[in-house]
Amino acid sequence: MKKSNLAVSIMIACFPLGILAADVPTETPTPKPEMIEAYQTWKNTDYSIGSPLGGLKGNPANGRKVAIHRGKGNCLACHQMPIPEEEFHGEVGPPLDGIASRYDEGQLRLRIVNMQELNPGTLMPPFYKHPDQFNRVSKKYQGRTILTVQEVEDVVAYLMTLK
Amino acid sequence: MKLKATIIWGVCMLTAQLSASVFSADVFSGYTLLKQETKEMQDDDFLNQGMATVEKGGKLFASIGKNGKSCETCHGQGGKKLDPKVIATYPVLNSKTQRPITLQQHIINEWTENLGNAPLKYESSDALALEAFVRNLARGQVVNVQTGGKMVPFFEQGKKLYEEARAGQLDMACASCHNLYPGLKLRAQVLSQGQSNGFPLYRLADGKVVGVQTRINQCFDQFRAEGYPFGSEENTLLELYMNARGNGLKIETPAVRF
Ligand code: HEC
Ligand code: HEC
Ligand code: HEC
Repeated sequence: MKKSNLAVSIMIACFPLGILAADVPTETPTPKPEMIEAYQTWKNTDYSIGSPLGGLKGNPANGRKVAIHRGKGNCLACHQMPIPEEEFHGEVGPPLDGIASRYDEGQLRLRIVNMQELNPGTLMPPFYKHPDQFNRVSKKYQGRTILTVQEVEDVVAYLMTLK
Repeated sequence: MKLKATIIWGVCMLTAQLSASVFSADVFSGYTLLKQETKEMQDDDFLNQGMATVEKGGKLFASIGKNGKSCETCHGQGGKKLDPKVIATYPVLNSKTQRPITLQQHIINEWTENLGNAPLKYESSDALALEAFVRNLARGQVVNVQTGGKMVPFFEQGKKLYEEARAGQLDMACASCHNLYPGLKLRAQVLSQGQSNGFPLYRLADGKVVGVQTRINQCFDQFRAEGYPFGSEENTLLELYMNARGNGLKIETPAVRF
């Protein structure tokens, strides 16, 4: 029995915690329904969303934080990114280093807002899809987009720095 | 540097696609991806923490019910008259209802109908212990779920739930991870095909034995989706499809997983 307990402790120590957001307690409190912001409509024109959602200006430093945060972007679950202080980067999506030299701002915005517009079978979560279009959402997340309008713009601004 | 990373990813993806097509012919158990220590833990009954649950199930199997019978009355000491090959075919078509029934539901039914006991809750620790005990009798048997004849429509419904039904705020289907990307890392964890051949199994992350329907709900939870109730029609169909998808794998109950 001693031996087995030791083995378990080693196992647990070796395993990093948290795959997707829900594996790890999120620091963000659930907003009350009245705090949920109004949904901003957007349009896919030639696989691009040309203008910022809600006309907001993105903050790249905050966008980097949103990308790391497991309860928000959690981009590192699937992508390698130039964020060396974070240990584990997933590999199911393409590396994002240099992404701004491959796509312009509007193309990046569509990819964050809803990758399904480009690939209906994608694994990438649609960060700003209309909440009515989801099925069987856990209570805690009902009626909400994954990211807020400001967070989408922050992430886009951050990706634009990855030349 | 950036180009190199993209090329490496491209090669990874190509390999993943190629291996995905190999895997579809050639299913593989989550065991393959375990660390050596975890494999050793599973393989050694003294280290395998799931064995305590199997033993508990064995005691329940021998326990005398309200009507004076035990499971052993009909199935022999230690279940020696149960046919491991039949256990490996679950879920099966239930002749009374003409619908598929899972192994755990079958055991729960017999617990009340043949032993006269109070009903067991689906995925409760006693129900799981009995299921783990029975499935352990079939350890090493090849999963062999029948999907033809009257099972066809149920198999197709289960397939749809697994392959196509997107759910949750992260809007994913089971196949989004377990069909497209087995072998690749999500954060630090390598994705498997999400096979069910080891259940009920000991989950180190939970420190206890979990049934396949609990695991299904744990995955739903990861992408912020509401799971289906234990023992529900949907979970039965999902379990049917998942077990059939793993036809050819060896039963590992009780497996050990992170
Ligand atoms: C659950 C996995 C997952 C998460 C989380 C995720 N992505 Fe993705 N992403 C993918 C996959 C897979 C692709 C490949 C495209 C496809 O599926 O068609 C992709 C593609 C992309 C692309 C296009 C890359 C290219 O070279 O064409 C960008 C840009 C991108 N993701 C950015 C992000 C950002 C930013 C985040 C976080 C806010 C994020 N992704 C979160 C899985 C994910
Ligand atoms: C009164 C006799 C009786 C009792 C008591 C009984 N069973 Fe059964 N059990 C059966 C019969 C009959 C079948 C169906 C066998 C068949 O149709 O070939 C069966 C089938 C099964 C099967 C499916 C395997 C197969 O061969 O079809 C399992 C598993 C099983 N029983 C487990 C249990 C458990 C666990 C208990 C105690 C909770 C139990 N049984 C109690 C009579 C009994
Ligand atoms: C975001 C990716 C993702 C999605 C979508 C997903 N899973 Fe999983 N699943 C995982 C991870 C990560 C693990 C743990 C590592 C592994 O075995 O793949 C896992 C493990 C499992 C296991 C345990 C496998 C074993 O060998 O012990 C089963 C069963 C499973 N998933 C079923 C499902 C089902 C059913 C669905 C759909 C309801 C689903 N998964 C959707 C990521 C996912």
